[in-house]
Amino acid sequence: MASEERSSLSAGVESHRAPVPVHQFKQQNLPACKPVLTPAWVITTYFLIGVLFIPIGFISLRASMGVVEIVDRYDTECVPNSYKSDKVAYVKDMSVSKNCTRYLKVKKRMKAPIYVYYELDNYYQNHRRYVKSRNEQQLLHGLRYNSTSSCRPLELNKGLPIVPCGLVAWSLFNDSYSFSRGAEKLNVNRKNIAWQSDRDHKFGKKVHPFNFQNGTLIGGGKLDSRIPLSDQEDLIVWMRTAALPSFRKLYGRIEEDLDEDDVVIVNLLNNYNTYSFGGKKKIVLSTSSWLGGRNNFLGMTYILVGASSMFIALVFLLLHKLSWARQ
Amino acid sequence: MTEQSKSNRKKGKVKWSKLYTFSCLKPNFDDQQLLGQPGFSRVVFCNKPELHKAKPYKYPNNYISTTKYNVVSFLPKALFEQFRRVANLYFLLAAILSATSLAPFTPTSMIAPLVFVVGLSMIKEAVEDWSRFLQDMKVNSRKVKVHAGNGIFVERAWRTLLVGDVVKVTKDEYFPSDLLLLSSSYEDGVCYVETMNLDGETNLKVKRCLEATLNLDEDSGLRTFSATIRCEDPNTNLYTFVGNLEFEKDSSPLSPDQVLLRDSKLRNTDYIYGVVIFSGPDTKVVRNSTRSPSKRSRIERKMDHVIYVLFSILVLISLVTSIGSAIFTDHDMVNAWYLRLKVEESTDPSFDPKDKESKDPSFDPTEPLVSCFYQFVRALILYGYLIPISLYVSIEIVKVLQAMLINKDLQMYDKLSCKSVEARTSNLNEELGQVEIILSDKTGTLTCNQMEFRKCSIEGLSYGGDTTEIDLAASRRMNIEIERYRFSLDGSDSTSRSLEMFEISAENSSTDKVTLANDQGMENFGAGNLGYSVSGKEANIKGFNFRDSRLLRKLWIHRSEISNMMMFFRVMALCHTGIPIEDSQTGKLKYEAESPEEVCFLIAAQEFGFQFCRRTQSKLIIKEPNPSGVEVEREYKLLNLLEFNSSRKRMSVIVRDEDGHIFLFCKGADNIIFDRLADGGRTYQQATTMHLSNYAEDGLRTMLFAYKQIDVTEYENWNLQFMKAKATIGFEREELIEAASEIIEKNLYLLGAVAVDDKLQDGVPECIDKLAQAGMKIWLLTGDKKETAVNIGFACSLLRHDMQQIRISLSKEAESTNQVKAMKEDILQQIESSYQLTIKEENREHPFAMVIDGKALQIALANDMRQKFLRLAVSCAAVICCRVSPKQKALITRSVKEYTGKTTLAIGDGANDVGMIQEADIGIGISGMEGMQAVMASDFSLPQFRFLERLLIVHGHWCYKRISKMILYFVYKNVAFGLTLFYYEIYTSFSGQVLYDDWYLVMFNVLLTSLPVIALGVLEQDVSADTCLQFPALYQQGQRNMYFSWKRIIGWITNGIFASLAIFMLNIYILSPTAFLKDGNVADSAHIGAIMYTCVIWTVNCQIALIVTNFTWIQHFFIWGSILSWYILIFLYGVLPPKYSYRQFQLFVEAIAPAPIYWTATLLIVVVALLPYFIHIVIQRSFYPMDDHVIQEMIYCMTDVTDSPAWLREQENSKKKTHIGFSARVDAKILHLKEQLHRKKTLIFKSFVNSPIYRTMTNSPLS
Repeated sequence: MASEERSSLSAGVESHRAPVPVHQFKQQNLPACKPVLTPAWVITTYFLIGVLFIPIGFISLRASMGVVEIVDRYDTECVPNSYKSDKVAYVKDMSVSKNCTRYLKVKKRMKAPIYVYYELDNYYQNHRRYVKSRNEQQLLHGLRYNSTSSCRPLELNKGLPIVPCGLVAWSLFNDSYSFSRGAEKLNVNRKNIAWQSDRDHKFGKKVHPFNFQNGTLIGGGKLDSRIPLSDQEDLIVWMRTAALPSFRKLYGRIEEDLDEDDVVIVNLLNNYNTYSFGGKKKIVLSTSSWLGGRNNFLGMTYILVGASSMFIALVFLLLHKLSWARQ
Repeated sequence: MTEQSKSNRKKGKVKWSKLYTFSCLKPNFDDQQLLGQPGFSRVVFCNKPELHKAKPYKYPNNYISTTKYNVVSFLPKALFEQFRRVANLYFLLAAILSATSLAPFTPTSMIAPLVFVVGLSMIKEAVEDWSRFLQDMKVNSRKVKVHAGNGIFVERAWRTLLVGDVVKVTKDEYFPSDLLLLSSSYEDGVCYVETMNLDGETNLKVKRCLEATLNLDEDSGLRTFSATIRCEDPNTNLYTFVGNLEFEKDSSPLSPDQVLLRDSKLRNTDYIYGVVIFSGPDTKVVRNSTRSPSKRSRIERKMDHVIYVLFSILVLISLVTSIGSAIFTDHDMVNAWYLRLKVEESTDPSFDPKDKESKDPSFDPTEPLVSCFYQFVRALILYGYLIPISLYVSIEIVKVLQAMLINKDLQMYDKLSCKSVEARTSNLNEELGQVEIILSDKTGTLTCNQMEFRKCSIEGLSYGGDTTEIDLAASRRMNIEIERYRFSLDGSDSTSRSLEMFEISAENSSTDKVTLANDQGMENFGAGNLGYSVSGKEANIKGFNFRDSRLLRKLWIHRSEISNMMMFFRVMALCHTGIPIEDSQTGKLKYEAESPEEVCFLIAAQEFGFQFCRRTQSKLIIKEPNPSGVEVEREYKLLNLLEFNSSRKRMSVIVRDEDGHIFLFCKGADNIIFDRLADGGRTYQQATTMHLSNYAEDGLRTMLFAYKQIDVTEYENWNLQFMKAKATIGFEREELIEAASEIIEKNLYLLGAVAVDDKLQDGVPECIDKLAQAGMKIWLLTGDKKETAVNIGFACSLLRHDMQQIRISLSKEAESTNQVKAMKEDILQQIESSYQLTIKEENREHPFAMVIDGKALQIALANDMRQKFLRLAVSCAAVICCRVSPKQKALITRSVKEYTGKTTLAIGDGANDVGMIQEADIGIGISGMEGMQAVMASDFSLPQFRFLERLLIVHGHWCYKRISKMILYFVYKNVAFGLTLFYYEIYTSFSGQVLYDDWYLVMFNVLLTSLPVIALGVLEQDVSADTCLQFPALYQQGQRNMYFSWKRIIGWITNGIFASLAIFMLNIYILSPTAFLKDGNVADSAHIGAIMYTCVIWTVNCQIALIVTNFTWIQHFFIWGSILSWYILIFLYGVLPPKYSYRQFQLFVEAIAPAPIYWTATLLIVVVALLPYFIHIVIQRSFYPMDDHVIQEMIYCMTDVTDSPAWLREQENSKKKTHIGFSARVDAKILHLKEQLHRKKTLIFKSFVNSPIYRTMTNSPLS
């Protein structure tokens, strides 16, 4: 008898002294919502996805369609006929002029700012060896920072450190473009093409290029050693390695509108060697929308998913009605 | 003597020792030889513990340790344990390799999660071990009084005890080590010991000291005490002890009677003195403690295979990567000048020699094989995210929490014993959801092990004609059937109803009175409450449920011939090992004895007027009525006690009464006693045999009482022989004693029989019913005889009357020839014919039940017959094995487990169930009345059998689903994430570059996806506990392993592959190569990585939200919190200076968050990645719903309330296939009754048609 009292007491204590949520947790009956995928829910969900996605898709598609983009591949065209068979020799031959002129026809009015990109293809900026070959500390602190082994194989040249070191900097893209519309020169604003945070925090304001491209094997572009790294925006953009072997990088902005049927003349220096590995070079002029550049994929997928959701909703509705009728 | 010793010399060394020690020669020089004997080398110098501090007699002190580790060994040992897991070993290798240039990640990001995971597991180990240590410390620092010299006893901690110390243990204290009893507070040197912790027996055992040391019974007497003990070495045998004591130039043999074992308790004795013989690790109980074998659940074993599958995928994609890399390097990358893979020394005279060193071996175009290998190793590390590193540790955490919740369940809390369910291991939670065969002990498990004296048969007359609980249960059940029947035959006329009542009462005329009397009890029954009380006030005495005025009011005393009657009661009051205890409340005596039956006999004897009052070493004092009915106290001198054991199955005492007559009182099993009756003692044999079978049919335990009177001379002769046998040391002692007993225990005179009732435990029939509905088969393994076992089988609905019983036992002829071959053939033939029968019986309306006894079982389980036997047994709905030994129990369990491959659960309460409990996939101990042996060996302990229902059907079901879902989800999330790493390699010319930042990777398993899955594992419920119990058939999902089948595993891997493809491809095409912001910036690898990672986090966390069916705030908090914490993480990471955050610096604030495309893409990708699962689950639920889906839907739509017929129909459907259990019986009964009713109706109709009234009516012109 006594033991029974004691036990019921302790049980009572267990259930009453503990705060209710703790007790519920221990007894595994916490209040819970138990969603069950009933046909009504499922059909509604699919329907809602459809209702939500199709408009988003159209809005995105519209934004993307509004973007005007001119893409021109120039790497094959800009090789003189005599070198067509051996493009690598052409690009390596310092004595040959690399000047080339391209004419781009504007098919649709382009509103400023018009972004100028260069696009490289089959260029593995994401190759492990390439990505690793840089040194963030050196970019920020310059020669003061000298443990730059990560930069191999371009750490030193003739025993002296290279600033900026590493393969990435060494292979800097060095084609240059200038634009004109008829006789009128189009100014390309090449300021602020890199991320603010890179310029302010990752590339030193007092770090100047040193011993750069002084080796026997010259990779890409040279740098003006009078300008600090933080102002070398070409380099900063280039150093942001792309995720995929086919990528665009910002070259500058044309801050003038281009009208329909305008012809933009591009004078370019075809310096950069993509011939030895079969890469392509393109120049891209593009406006932008709130979604970025011209890419219909997002909008199309939204519409596709939305539409198929609607379709599934309908199918399930039919099936549900049928089975219901059968019962 | 010399002749004898010569002949014995050849027989072996052990015999030598026997001979010398106990032939009165005892020459001193032999001790040296004895010492050399293996197994008998211990020497203890009593009262001189200092001699045992140094060699050669240095023995360990009394410190015991049950911990797995100590401070020094913890690290290496625990680490070793951790890295025995393949997955952990893999990650360790990866972490080591991460220090080299090969690794795709920084070393910290490889080591951190490993340290986290291994550290967590090790902390768990350490905490567990620490609690074990604390427990040890508590035991080790218990105090005991130790002789410190000069007769002064001081208190010292247990751990400081040394061999040779003299200790004084007082009442209700535990013995600190194995002691030799020197003397006790009783003048005859006995003491009472409770050995519950050793063998689980609650009764007290008597220990006696040697005559030689009897006088050392006060503190001062021990001042000069000095003796030497030579004895066996420490061993595990609890019931033997070999040694001798040299005291005052006398040597006396020692037996187990003088040894007090550690962990037993001194009872009913004020104090004892003892010498420590074995201390600490040498004590028998410590040597006996074996760690129960660690069991792993089926799911966990299968999980290993899943891990192997993932490993194979890992190796496969690593191969693809390495070969791809070699080909790319060789063909394309060699021309990519910007990588400078090819160093043209010849064209470069000023070539820096350092450049040569920087040649990367993994991208060396000149040596493709080498670089291929390097890349392979790198890829193995890189794709490690396919292997869920945190899976093991998460499962461990989840299981501990699950076990905690099981322990806390108030509905499995026994208020009477204040005990709750205890999950002693958390390894097997989910195995509880897959049990298919339950092997149950009877006594103490199904029944209370509480005996009630019910009936007796004296001189061929039966007394106490009451009904048993089984009868009551049956009649109550009949009532329910009536109710059910009325319900089902809605609208039938009252004639048929009363007819049916008539049917039942006619069928069960013996119980009709009770049926009516227990109408109220019926209601309780439905609620699962069997707490019914026996009507009548006189039955309030515990253990005594006997009503017969002929005996109770001593009416028998007036009979003409009462000497046999008196003898009968004397047997009851004298032939036992019990001791009385004063009960201050009632004034009557209470008893403690070796078995509950004995207690029950003593109580009965007391009620009949033969009160057993006192026991001394050699005397038994009882109060008995003299022929005129006046109570007198009589003293019986106990001459010998021939103990009960399982092979003898009888117990005798030889006493001398006050008149000098010597009597042998014997009680024992029927066949044993019948064999030993004198020709003149068989007067009542026939009548008694009939009563015995009646009693056994009622499910009562029976025992025969017999006696004989012995001549003094005959006794003297026999006693010499017996004493000699008792004084023997060594292995034949038992045999000799048995042989001696055999001589005297014959020519007995049969007095009668007693029957005691084995009470069923609360709720057992209901529990078995539910378990049967859940698809479990129940085997009853009991040491009891067939009839009792069958009766209990009926009482708990394992058997029913329309079942075809297959009884397998040895036929008389086969048994008598005792030839193995004949017996084998006999059994084989029985098995074969029965099996043919089961095959023939196509309709399973009459299921089979098998009853087999121990002897037959022994043959049936022999290697060559086992297959056939088990094939038959498995096809039976119920199996009852009676007369089985503990060893057989274990053997059956193992055979069933191995043959069927199904999950077996063994449940038992006593030391005899330990083997079975350890052998089964899940062992359950009942922590009720008996000791701790079964509980210590078990994986779960229950205070009551009925809790098994909730433990399996609710918790088992939940845990099974939780763990399965959890593992599948783990596989999914790691595949979904890990494969995106692989796809990216295709775009990087397989160079081993990673798209994500190292710290994102680390956080994936540790922080961002771990908590929701733990919440899932702890809190998920497909249906509520009540619904589980309403639909026991849901449990069959676990038995069929529907939630962790390969189909499902492959399905989830496929789902993971799809999700990874969706996430990767959509991201790539949406973000590349155009600008992703209005200001024209394009996404670089850091941006794409972060955006893709966001999609991964969203997808895997939303996926778990789709799996969860029971959303408490905890799940919500963890799932949405995980997603939120990713944003917090990326934000905080971006705030860190670029020195630490590198490319992630201000990534979120500056680039990603302002981009609308980031948010829209996330939404799209998450929906697309989840779409296939969603479609699949919808199709499944709509067109191929599983049981739980239907039930969930019904509850959700409230149809369980509004449309109760449908709900009931579902319930009925769910339990269609069960053959055993109460409901099945009811169904069968209803069927039976319907048939009968139909016959009756047609009969009535016929008679009605034939009746003249009907004829006149039909002949009337109206029709």
